[in-house]
Amino acid sequence: MSEIDLKKEGVTGVNQRLYKLPKDSNERHWVIRNPMGQHAIACGLDAPLTVEIQGHVGFYCGGMNKHADIIVHGHAGVGVAENMMSGTVWVKGNASESAGATANGGLLVIDGDASSRCGISMKGVDIVVGGSIGHMSAFMAQRGNLVVCGDAGDALGDSIYEARLYVKGKVASLGADCIEKEMRAEHLEDLAKLLERAKRNDRPQDFRRYGSARKLYNFNVDHADAY
Amino acid sequence: MCGIVGLYLKNSKLQPKLGAMFKPMIIEMTNRGPDSAGVAIYRNPVRKNEVKFSLAHDSADYDWKKVDTGLERALKCEATIRKIGNHCILVTNAKEDAVLGWLKQNHPAVRVVGSGHTIEIFKETGLPENVYDKFDLASAKGTHIIGHTRMATESAVTTAGSHPFATGADLCLVHNGSLSNHNRLRENLRREGMEFQTENDTEVAAAYMTWKLRNGATLKQAMEDGLRDLDGFFTFLVGTADGFAVVRDPIACKHAVMAETDDWVAMATEWRAIAHLPGSETARTWEPEPEKVYTWGGHA
Repeated sequence: MSEIDLKKEGVTGVNQRLYKLPKDSNERHWVIRNPMGQHAIACGLDAPLTVEIQGHVGFYCGGMNKHADIIVHGHAGVGVAENMMSGTVWVKGNASESAGATANGGLLVIDGDASSRCGISMKGVDIVVGGSIGHMSAFMAQRGNLVVCGDAGDALGDSIYEARLYVKGKVASLGADCIEKEMRAEHLEDLAKLLERAKRNDRPQDFRRYGSARKLYNFNVDHADAY
Repeated sequence: MCGIVGLYLKNSKLQPKLGAMFKPMIIEMTNRGPDSAGVAIYRNPVRKNEVKFSLAHDSADYDWKKVDTGLERALKCEATIRKIGNHCILVTNAKEDAVLGWLKQNHPAVRVVGSGHTIEIFKETGLPENVYDKFDLASAKGTHIIGHTRMATESAVTTAGSHPFATGADLCLVHNGSLSNHNRLRENLRREGMEFQTENDTEVAAAYMTWKLRNGATLKQAMEDGLRDLDGFFTFLVGTADGFAVVRDPIACKHAVMAETDDWVAMATEWRAIAHLPGSETARTWEPEPEKVYTWGGHA
């Protein structure tokens, strides 16, 4: 295990050290101390590393992640794991707005609450939130799964495409073209796997599923009011 | 952009350290707002029959002596001044309106940047660190403090356009965002007797809150009414003589984070500003919800 002090080396210094590791490096477990809420920590990683961040992080932590497992032992600011491609980002505390925005793949787990716009424009990522999420979450979500063990705020899944949304608690309101859908055996099975990956004890049958009514895919003047 | 930061002390033992605790917070917000910075600090309350004015003039060597001696003679009152940078704190037992009228007539280039019993406001163009040092704020004692770092988008980089905006009664307001109905609202408030020094949208929000408080609203009520009457993007941080409040617009466009311990409550645009406070790592940390008013003190 190697340690880096972000206060000493700065964000650029920390990220450069992680980028410059040779592909076959044995130094695979890194601990970052004193993150001090700085932005873009452990962004753009492209190797199967484990990076543990001891404290709260600022915006875009773990953005564009590929292959790495990033653990935030604290809260995360705006846009955690935005545009993640693969790997895992695990936030032990709460996350701010736009968690997992536009992410293509990988797993994002937030043990606490996420704020508004969680999973906005998600393109294949799996997101599991232990607590609740804010308004406008999964806006224009295209692919992937968003699992919420608490409640969801207003306008969930507005203008959603093919992503699947599972919510255990209350949904304040559904956005345009987002509807509740039947929970079939295959969904319960998928959900069970997702909950297991996120180390959750919640029961899949306690969740409800939401997704696209597929009425806004193409412009139709009869639906003009729904846009 | 813009950065807003606030610190409200719950533990009175920390009051001597208020300015020192706040310095790294506002400096951390420099790259959100390098154009100008402003600070409102609540300290040294004056007597009931006195008013405290924060005055500013573009010239650093303005002869403030003329202000207090002239005022004493004209209004037959007592007045003391304390010069800090190109600002001056004037304390007098004359009536607030009379002082404002006299200043306007005799010292038209002097700007009144704040007034009340406890508030003092300092704001200036330049980097937050320079502004903070210029007004000797690191050694400041007080109960709560609010700051703003501005990246100007909507009006010019001037001291007058810098936050915090104050329109009397110890109230000040800092704002991240922009309002869309401020022109109409300004006209309505003028009819109610409120005065404006700029064309800035935030000044209208400050005047609105002051007007509400003068008409008997609590800080919480004023903020709740503001949600209904102000249109646009905003995260507001408002200070009053003994209160501190935060509200975000219904869509919560502009970032905000809050943290609280037994000793203090802090609000900032980004958590990295709060990271400098003792106990921040274990503080209760959350993102304020849209349309929800958070208040401390202020007869809430």
